[in-house]
Order: sequence, then C-alpha cells, then structure tokens
Amino acid sequence: MAFNKARRTLTLAMACAAAAGSLPAAAQTVKVGILGPFSGPFAHYGTLFKNGAEAYIASQGGKLAGKEVELIYRDTGGPNPGQTKTLVQELIVKDKVDYLGGFIFTPNAFAVAPLIQQSQTPAVIFNAATSAITDKSEFFVRTSYTLWQVTVPLAQWAAKNDIRKVVTAVTDYGPGIDAEAAWKSEFARQGGTVVESIRMPMATTDFAPFVQRIKASGAQAVYTFLPGGPPNLGFVKAYNENGLAKAGIQFLGTAEMDEFDLQKFGDAALGLTTAFHYSAAHDSPANRTFVEALKKKDANAIANYASVGAWDGMHVIHKMIEATDGRKDGLKAIAAARALQWESPRGPVRIDPKTRHIVQNVYLRKVEKAGSQLVNKEVQSFGPQVDHGLGK
Amino acid sequence: MLTLLSNVLIDGMAYGMVLFIIAVGLTVTLGLMRFVNLAHGAFAMIGGYAAALLTREAQWSFWLALPVALVATAALGALLEAVVLRHLYRRSELEQVLFTIGLAFFLIAATNALAGPQVQLIVLPPLLAQPVDLGFRTLPAQRLLVIAAGLVVAAAAAWIVARTRFGIWLRAAVDHPDTAATLGIPIRTVQCASFAVGAALAGLGGVLGAELMPLEPYYALKYLVLVLVVVAVGGMGSLVGSLAAALALGTVETASKYLASDWGSLFFFLAMALLLAWRPNGLLRR
Repeated sequence: MAFNKARRTLTLAMACAAAAGSLPAAAQTVKVGILGPFSGPFAHYGTLFKNGAEAYIASQGGKLAGKEVELIYRDTGGPNPGQTKTLVQELIVKDKVDYLGGFIFTPNAFAVAPLIQQSQTPAVIFNAATSAITDKSEFFVRTSYTLWQVTVPLAQWAAKNDIRKVVTAVTDYGPGIDAEAAWKSEFARQGGTVVESIRMPMATTDFAPFVQRIKASGAQAVYTFLPGGPPNLGFVKAYNENGLAKAGIQFLGTAEMDEFDLQKFGDAALGLTTAFHYSAAHDSPANRTFVEALKKKDANAIANYASVGAWDGMHVIHKMIEATDGRKDGLKAIAAARALQWESPRGPVRIDPKTRHIVQNVYLRKVEKAGSQLVNKEVQSFGPQVDHGLGK
Repeated sequence: MLTLLSNVLIDGMAYGMVLFIIAVGLTVTLGLMRFVNLAHGAFAMIGGYAAALLTREAQWSFWLALPVALVATAALGALLEAVVLRHLYRRSELEQVLFTIGLAFFLIAATNALAGPQVQLIVLPPLLAQPVDLGFRTLPAQRLLVIAAGLVVAAAAAWIVARTRFGIWLRAAVDHPDTAATLGIPIRTVQCASFAVGAALAGLGGVLGAELMPLEPYYALKYLVLVLVVVAVGGMGSLVGSLAAALALGTVETASKYLASDWGSLFFFLAMALLLAWRPNGLLRR
C-alpha cells in the first residue's frame, strides 16, 4: 500500500515538474504570424515584408525583449479575404500565435477583424491603407499610412502655392477613389477648383487619351493615384511623351515614385512631385541603420514604404512583447501600443491612442539624381499628420 | 470637336497598331497553323526581355538588339517546336491548351526566378524617345515606328501567305498534311519554320509593344485576352483581318477613354461581341 502511495506521489510530482518545466519554455518563444503575398504577381511585397521584419529582429540581436521570436509566414496571394481568414484562423487556433502582422490588401485586413477581436490577438498592419481598417477591431495597430494622411497636406500645399485649378486622374478602384475623395474635399476647402475628375480603368495600358484630356482641361496640375508597376510607368511615360510638363501641368502624386519602381522611370521621373511619409533618401541616423540592416539581410533588398512598414511594425510588436513580458495578453499589449512613440527611419512617429494609426511627418519630395541613382529628395516637411480620413 | 475626333483617330490607330503587333504572331500560330498556342504571350515576353537585357545590360544599340532578340525568340520557338510541340499538332485542342498554358506558367516562373519581379525597360535610342510634333498635337516617335512596322508586317505576311511557294506549302500542310506529304512538300520543315516565324513575330510585339505593355513576368498571361480577342474578331488565319480588327477595337477603346472612361473596358468587349455576332468567321469574311 505504502509503496503504491509513494509511487503515486512520485508520478504526481513528476507530472507537476514536467508541467512547470514546460510552461516557461512555452512562454520563451513568441510566435508572430505574418500574412502577405509570397507567390503570384504581388510576391515582391511579401519579400519586402520578410526583409523588413527579419532585418529588424537581426538589428536587435536576434531576440526581442529577451525572447526568442518565431515568424510564421502565410501566403495570401492577392486580395483574397476568404483565404486570409482561413489562414489567420489556423494561425490563432493551431499555431497559437501571439501577434499577427503584415497585410498588403485592405479586404484581407477587413476579413480578419472578427477573429482578432474574439481571440484578443493584436494585429499590426504593415501596409493596407484604407482609413476604416483600424475601426473594425480595437486590436488593429497600423504602421503604414492612409491616402488621406498624405493627400490632405499635399492639397493644402498646392493651394498655398497658387495652384487654383487641378484635374484628378485616378485608377478606378477602391484606393484610387479614396484618393480622389481626399483631394476633392481638402482642395475645395482651401478654395481650389477640381476642373475634371478622370477615373482610369484598372486594365488601362494606353494612357495617351487620358493625358490628352488632362492637357485639354486647362488645369495647372494633375493629382494622380496609380497602383505600382506597369500602370504607374505607363502613366508617367505618357505624361512626359505628350509634353505635359512643358505645357506647365505639374505632376502631384503620393506613392507613385516608390523606390521599388523608381530606377525604372529613368530621367522621365526627374522633377516629379509627390507627398509621402517615407523616402529611402531620408537623412537621419535611424534611416541609415534601417538601410544598412536591410542590405545586411539581403544585398538586393529595397528600402521603401512596405519594408519600413514591416520594420516599424516589428518595433511595435517588440514593445508589446516587452510590456507583457512575452506572455499572451492582448489587452495589455494593445494598451502599451497605444502610448508608443519612437524615432522611425521615416522620422519621429507615434501611435495615435484613439485610432491606433501611426502619426507621422509627411514630406514634399522631388525626384532628383544622386550619382547614377534616382532618389526622392525631401524638400519640405508638412509636420506630423494624423489620419485625416477617419470620421469622413 | 474636330480636335477630339482627330485625337481619337490618331490615338486609336496608334493603340490599334500596338494591339496588332502583339497579336500578329498568334495569327500565324493559332490562325494559320491551327495550333492553340496560349504560350504566345510568353514568346513575346522572351523577345522583350532579350531586347531589354541587350540594350540595358550589354549596352547594345536598339537597332542591333531588335533583330538579335527576334532571332533568339525564333530559335527558341523552333527548338520547342522540334522537341515537344510538334507532337501536339494532332492532339485535341484541350490538350494543346493545357500544354501551352503549362508552358506559359513555367516560363513565368523561370523569368521571375532569373530576372526578378520588376518591370524591365528597353532602352530606346534618342530618336525614338522624343515626341514628334504633328502640328496640332504631339505623338511619341516610338508610336510612329509601331505604326510603320505594323503596316510592313501585315503587307509582307499577306504577300508571303498568298503569293509565295512557302505560303502555298503552309496552307497545304495545315489543310491536308497527308496529301501534302505525298506531294513531296517537306511539311516538317514548313511547320517548324512557320512556328519559328510566329515566335519571332510574337517577340517583335513584345519589343515594340513594351512602351504600352511593360515587360514583367506576368506579361505572358496578362495581355493574352486582348490578343485572343484581336485574332478571334479578325478571323482565324487572316492577317489583314487581324489588322482591321485591331484598328477597329483600338479606336473603340480610345474613344471610350476620351468620352466615357467611367465605363471601363465595357465598350471594347461590347464591340468584340457585336463584331463577332455580325461576322463570326472574321471581319473580312462573309
């Protein structure tokens, strides 16, 4: 009897020891699920996320707040809300991730809002730029930008610089229409006139007709929004070849001169004006650290808005891990994220406690040549900007 | 009003010629050879990439890179035809579709792995890079080259198919391969050469059309629908029909961009449907 009892006690003690031993071990590794396109036509965004996030962890010595961090990548392909939802469900239920990060496309971010709300999993948006996303769950934090955030100061600047008549030319889909609405509302408030609003179909390859319309509209500037890649190159080419710059119609854009495509424009891009929150040519120690960390990770890595979004996103996750000491506590983590401010490669930034969107300087930039490379030279800072789009 | 009309006509013709140039290779392989070649876009992409690499990395002149790129594409086309594609001529259309779409996916992935996902630019000579003043408006010089090249290709190809010995052999080899073979026509050589020419023309489209349709790995599938529409409306195997279809569709698309851009590509596809309903066998055939 006594022997049996002793054995039972021993078994119990061993089980306890095993459980106690496994608990801290589980808490040591923090799991972060990264959602992005890693295959298909948008796969380069996934690479930008991966480089930005991994470069950040490497720059911190491989650990965040003393904890091992495991990044779990999941491929969403393109705008694909259904699949993204399934992937996030698996990440939360099966992989038991502590944080989520990534998201290129707005619909994908919208789709996961109920999941992160229910499981109290903080999700950091590295890119998706529609204002309403952070409204959908209190567990969203965003380190990218919104079109309103960069467009409103640009419209104010144009109005102050005697540009009275503007034509808008945007690609006819969600973000383009967002951009058009932002420009129209702010420019009218500043007393300017939008003489014509052109919406260009997604599949457009020949931009010459639109550029002729812009030329004929009698505007002093064209405010434009185009998705990256071929449409962007096509529009800028048509803008140049049809002599719009010579006709005195200024180019005003936002993400169009993104570093990913910038070198491909060649001299056609010289002098084009954009308002944006990040330039790889931003002159600060934080940006030099960022660019060097990226190059160390991958010599071909590109510093642009997506990789800086991932870098800063990992910084936010870093601080959330620090605040919760590596344990899963979504409420505490988000409370810590709301109060954050830090020096980002883009300049001083903070998280707006109310909207959980990043407050950052927006800069007026002109494309210039530095050596043989084209760069976005920041010529003026508009100061810290909130997301002007919320509540509209 | 008059300016608008002339703008629509000029831009429409320029755009239509680009459509024709990228579709003409498929008119040869799909139309004349009756081979469902969905890898056409991939051949165009290879021609374009070759020209981009030669002009940008090797610093060749555009005028030298263009023929070299076309010969390279033709050689690749001939090689693929001789090794694999010839086994597909007598297979069902579904098998041709499946094989060539697979080939296109393979070439997309290979391009992505070798050259990366970025857009590739072909360096144009200064002569082509500048705008040309037409008096009341300007047009990029490159567009004038495309218009000229389109006309030359259409005329030359129509002449070869209709008037030369090779053209007769080709039509015989496609319509009655067995009879043609018994008559002593070297049908294997004819098929291989025709496919190589189709590939070279695809490459020409890839190079000259690159100003409007920039080269990137997904090029191979992205513009395939446009190309198929042009060939279908023009009529299988009719080069002049393809030219007429490309010009008509290009003008419709351009007019809709000037007058009703909110409707997107609706009018382009509406025009396609109406033209097909009116002349199901091709624009120039009753």
